[in-house]
Amino acid sequence: MPPSLQGRSRGLWLPAGVILAALSLWQTLSALHVFPPSAFPDPLSVSRGLLQEVRSGRLFDDLVASLFRVTSGFVLAVLLGVPLGLWLGMHARLRLAVLPLVNFFRSLSPLAWIPFAILWFGIGDVPAIFLIFMASFFPIVLATTAAVANVPSVYFRVAKEYGLTRRETLLQVTLPASAPQIITTLRVTAGLAWVIVVAAEMIAGRDGLGFAIWDARNGLRMDLLVVDMIVIGLLGMVIDRVLLRLTRIPSLRWGYER
Amino acid sequence: MSPLAPTSLPQDPTAPVLRLTGVRHAFGATEVLHDISLTVAPGSFVALVGPSGCGKTTLLHLLSGHDPPTAGTVEHRGTSRMVYQHDGLFPWLTVEENIAFGLRQIPDPSTRAARLVEMLRLIRLAGFERHYPHQLSGGMRQRVELARALAGETELLLMDEPFSSLDDLTRRHLRRELALMLRERPCTVVLVTHDIEEAVELADRVIVLSERPARVQYELAVDLERPRSPTHPTVVQAVDEVLRALGLGRGGA
Repeated sequence: MPPSLQGRSRGLWLPAGVILAALSLWQTLSALHVFPPSAFPDPLSVSRGLLQEVRSGRLFDDLVASLFRVTSGFVLAVLLGVPLGLWLGMHARLRLAVLPLVNFFRSLSPLAWIPFAILWFGIGDVPAIFLIFMASFFPIVLATTAAVANVPSVYFRVAKEYGLTRRETLLQVTLPASAPQIITTLRVTAGLAWVIVVAAEMIAGRDGLGFAIWDARNGLRMDLLVVDMIVIGLLGMVIDRVLLRLTRIPSLRWGYER
Repeated sequence: MSPLAPTSLPQDPTAPVLRLTGVRHAFGATEVLHDISLTVAPGSFVALVGPSGCGKTTLLHLLSGHDPPTAGTVEHRGTSRMVYQHDGLFPWLTVEENIAFGLRQIPDPSTRAARLVEMLRLIRLAGFERHYPHQLSGGMRQRVELARALAGETELLLMDEPFSSLDDLTRRHLRRELALMLRERPCTVVLVTHDIEEAVELADRVIVLSERPARVQYELAVDLERPRSPTHPTVVQAVDEVLRALGLGRGGA
């Protein structure tokens, strides 16, 4: 077997083994009745719950609702946060003036905005998108600013020497030079956004995976609650995997190999 | 045409490429360069050596036009390009794309393509076109920098200790390659280095700068065809003379 193939299959089998071990631990704990069955659903009842949720189509609807909100809020934060970060990164005085405020909002838990989000936007997609935006925008601005401010000055000297215009310098030097760091931040922030959407939907939603958790709790359907937890965890992994692919782009590899 | 040309000299090919007249430079109260005058003829290779911290790099930045001098004038003509100590290449571009950066001023795409192939051959990196800088050794990276700087219509090549971050053997190889490259692609060169042997092996004129504030302390002409062997009597004798000028000669100054 070629080494790469061996490595790949090992990369699959080892985690699969750990997951199997976790499942058996779960099964053992529920069989031992450490907690009453109503408070600690066993794997079998959760599987039945999963089947039920898939058949009714509700799981899919919730999943789409949550993904839509995360994507909208996150993309909005990227579209506004990256340009603002580039701008702040290039102007030291502006940075000095604005960064404390950005830092303040970054340190503020986005969940603190929930009451206002409901007051301003009611219940549904908009408050959740707003909260995800608030969670992602400030870290993206900060990280982009830092990435741009740390671009080695020799690159700008070279750009000047070879006659690049300001616009060309921005697109051909500043942006690619800070891209690896920005993408790392996007990965971290997307994870954060996915955590926030659950909380937002629990309070300000009528659907979505977060609301499904809340609904399961109210109906004392702990089996469905676990179904939602599993789906949320899996999707979070998928999102990270997708963003991880960005770091495989050849012209970005340099940023991850030092 | 470099956008940085401080003051242009006449475009006559026999006129000096670079002329410094009474250049002084200070950072605040610290005087770094004290009254430096220097004329560099086309096609000549000038090396500036001096103790570390004497203002060699400052001088090079004045030559490139990045910074204006506190007093005096810096004039040059044509395009000047700098080769940096290390990491001057754009890491997000391949070898090919980095060198092509030096060809931006050439309007005709087929000329650009031909020049690119020629430069790759000159630095003996044909086959590495699609590699990224982080996939190359330090010596290979400096060769790519050299190719980028020489690819266009460069008339003045400025080198800021270009081989100082390399190991001794690679450094010796690169000196030799630089000499061979300049034979095929002639260019006026100003090299800043703290390596006396390097200066003597490569330059027609070795200019020794004093401690800060730097003045021209001593100048030595080396008339010997390149590439030169480090053990050639002329080279050995020149190294000895420069060492003596720096107060490091055999048996003391």
